[in-house]
Amino acid sequence: MTASLAMPEIFLATAGLLLLIYGVVRGDRSAGSTAVLTIWAFMLAAIMMILHPAVGLAFHDMFVNDAFARFVKFALLLASGLSVAMASASPGKLGLAKPEYPLLILFAMLGMMMMVSSNDLMALYAGLELQSLSLYVLTAFRRDDAKASEAGLKYFVLGALASGILLYGISMLYGYAGSTNFTALASAVTGTTKIPAGVTLGLVFVCAGLAFKIAAVPFHMWAPDVYEGAPTPVTAFFAAAPKLAAMALLTRVLMQPFGGVIHQWNAIIMFLAVASMLLGSFAGLAQSNIKRLMAYSAIAHAGTALVGLAAGDQAGVQAVLIYVALYIIAALGVFGVILCLRRRGEEIEKITDLAGLSKTRPMLALAMALFMFSLAGVPPMAGFFGKYFVFLAAVKAGMIPLAIIGVLCSVVATAYYLRIVKVMYFDEPAEEILDEASALSLRVVTAAMALAVVLFVFAPAPLVDAALNAARSLVHV
Amino acid sequence: MTPFPLLSILTFLPLLGAAVVLLFGRRARSIALVSSLITFALSLLILHFFDPANTGFQLEEKFNWIPSLDIVYHKGVDGISVWFVLLTAFLTPICVLSGFSITKRIKEFMAALLVLETMLIGIFTALDFVLFYVFFEGVLIPMFLIIGVWGGEKRIYAATKFFLYTFLGSVLMLVAIIFMAHYAKTTDMTAMMGGKFPKEIAIFLWLAFFASFAVKTPLWPFHTWLPYAHVEAPTAGSVILAGILLKMGGYGMIRVMLQMLPQASAFFAPMMLTLSVIAILYASLVALAQTDMKKLIAYASVAHMGYATLGIFSANPQGLDGAMLVMISHAFVAAALFLCVGVLYDRMHTHDITRFGGVASVMPRYATMFMIFALAATGLPGLSGFVGEFLAMQGAYLVSSVAAALAALGVVLGAAYMLWLYRRVFFGYANKADVKAMPDLSVREICMFAPLLVLVVWMGLYPVTFRNVFAPTASHVLSVYHVQSEEAP
Repeated sequence: MTASLAMPEIFLATAGLLLLIYGVVRGDRSAGSTAVLTIWAFMLAAIMMILHPAVGLAFHDMFVNDAFARFVKFALLLASGLSVAMASASPGKLGLAKPEYPLLILFAMLGMMMMVSSNDLMALYAGLELQSLSLYVLTAFRRDDAKASEAGLKYFVLGALASGILLYGISMLYGYAGSTNFTALASAVTGTTKIPAGVTLGLVFVCAGLAFKIAAVPFHMWAPDVYEGAPTPVTAFFAAAPKLAAMALLTRVLMQPFGGVIHQWNAIIMFLAVASMLLGSFAGLAQSNIKRLMAYSAIAHAGTALVGLAAGDQAGVQAVLIYVALYIIAALGVFGVILCLRRRGEEIEKITDLAGLSKTRPMLALAMALFMFSLAGVPPMAGFFGKYFVFLAAVKAGMIPLAIIGVLCSVVATAYYLRIVKVMYFDEPAEEILDEASALSLRVVTAAMALAVVLFVFAPAPLVDAALNAARSLVHV
Repeated sequence: MTPFPLLSILTFLPLLGAAVVLLFGRRARSIALVSSLITFALSLLILHFFDPANTGFQLEEKFNWIPSLDIVYHKGVDGISVWFVLLTAFLTPICVLSGFSITKRIKEFMAALLVLETMLIGIFTALDFVLFYVFFEGVLIPMFLIIGVWGGEKRIYAATKFFLYTFLGSVLMLVAIIFMAHYAKTTDMTAMMGGKFPKEIAIFLWLAFFASFAVKTPLWPFHTWLPYAHVEAPTAGSVILAGILLKMGGYGMIRVMLQMLPQASAFFAPMMLTLSVIAILYASLVALAQTDMKKLIAYASVAHMGYATLGIFSANPQGLDGAMLVMISHAFVAAALFLCVGVLYDRMHTHDITRFGGVASVMPRYATMFMIFALAATGLPGLSGFVGEFLAMQGAYLVSSVAAALAALGVVLGAAYMLWLYRRVFFGYANKADVKAMPDLSVREICMFAPLLVLVVWMGLYPVTFRNVFAPTASHVLSVYHVQSEEAP
């Protein structure tokens, strides 16, 4: 039965609905248990994926489960589970002690899983909207907070615009190619020498809509405000799972139906890549708020990942997956550290608040420094390997100037990562001592990410091989 | 062959030491000293197993690291790299000893030093390009922290400049490495040697490597980070910086430029000789004008490394042997001189030359020690500096008599700034109260200097011991180089 291919998704949907009822019945008291149950649901979904490794098409070819989708979904479940665990550490102070919070993440997760498994533009759109709507609400979760409301509204308006552009692009593609199915689209555009202008135009619109979701320049404007305004656990979630999902979606759309017409889109991707790397690196230099800084860092990293996509081959797809996976580890770690730090119950946001952290909280400072070096791509940290694979793909595809621009931008970005290390290690501690204890789950997650970043160098092969396997299922050489 | 993976043990033993230091913080000093001494003792085993007559790589270790890309954990040493490994293992315990005087966050300091040792030994034993790059860049992190946390007043500027400047050079090298990996279909360095790359490509690759190695060496005009890094770094940081980090550039030039890109190296040799001569003369003149002891010795380092690059790009046996000897001798002498400055700094907390005077009458043992090392630095026959500089200049003479003549002028300038420094610090009357109150060398300090002293004299009197290890490999490198660079289309 083909529906069994979607078992984890069906399970998550059912679990989400049941938890919704549970939340309604128990009220706000159920916040903690809902979070725990959500994490269990993610774990069970992951176990189902391991136990049931079938691949193929389902639901009238609208849904596809292949190695690529499995790789991304597995990473998504892991990242989302970790973000829920981090958020549930001290929800009361952040105003997140409501059952809706983990539930919204669960529904966003469901949307993301649908996105990466979509084999049809309509399924893609449905998954994307389920994810986006959940994210809009999450951004504005603290209703009484002006900044959060502003961020949520901004995100919603710009996101709706992007969805509109995407939908318009989809309609053009449907109109000129005659189908919304990826397989049908692929056969419509490959092999012919003359591609209708409408298809090209539609592709541009689809790229623009999806570029918004990964916050690639020039569609990045929402990112700094949303990162800053949203509650930190939500920002942590943003930086991780949705980023990977949108990147995977873009990769699938460009490589599967349009894999045969790379010349039609790779100039767009190259432009997005260069613009994102430049803006993310230079604009980050001027930031004083650490969450905003991470937003610019995310923009720069999205740009670098796009370099791999621009290569448009198997090595490129593999590089994108490795790069984003390693980025997520470091980003989750950074937000874990930020969540650990609070002063009189308030979370800290300014970079200068980290002054002398290496004296007051040596282990946290060490972890943060490791994440910073990883984000900067300095070996032997994990981030370096992502960089290596991306630029290897670029060089293989003959895009040496793009690789050179990329590495030079990474040097510029290194300046702001170094500044954080400098503030923590070289500056004297601020007068106020930061509160000591932080929740165990939070510390465990942060420590695990730090270990992953450091120890990756000793065993890079499993991730590399899994990504290669995933790339093979998407791009046939 | 060894029954155990000696090179990996040497590489990761200090890392283990660092972990132990961090876990058992209270005895940081002794744990660090013991672990670095064990590493040194084990490193001597290399000499036992190493066969100098064999010009290939020895003590090789290989296992798959990233199989899908054929990236292999591949280690090995040849005559060129053996010395750099030994120098690292030898200088680290001395740095640990000199770091004993540090009081602030000693645990982290010792751990950073040991991590640095791991990275350095890793560079000189790596035979896979990705592995090489990982270690090459990995050096930046502990060094950045050593300068930034334990440095002087302008340490933040110095540390950031050091990091970004060298990082900028290295990322271009990364692109070159990626290109070579793509072109040669392997990342194994041994498979890339001997002119595998056509000249028109090799020239661009060479320039990318030049961006990295010229900054590290440092060559004029890429040296501007060095004086700041040296002045602000704590003594142990300066010692390891001058002793080993600068040699990463020279080692890279031999290993990558001469061995992998011979045609491009031949093409750029005149430029390199010119830059080397400028480095020698310019840095010596600037050294003359310094009032800060550390800065003066930092510029002297730039000048000495100029002789090394002069010898390397002369590309003849005299030149390459000379370059190797210059680098080995400079590791001893520069380390010793920075330790000497550190001795004064521990007592007076300044490197300003004008604050001293008449130290010879207060600290006679120290003054003798300083004199010997200063003379070794100026290239006095009988001490370590002479042989290498002489050979390097002889090698240069065979290529360009003008370059050799100008480089010889640098020797005169070298004597001038060193002796003038000595006169201003040590001679005259000690009429400042704080100078008069300085105690002479302690036992710990003598322990730091004694091994350096022995080696400096040994190398001056009988350099054959040092040359025998690398000479067969060096002449092999050159014979391949000449075959490749001359049959260039």
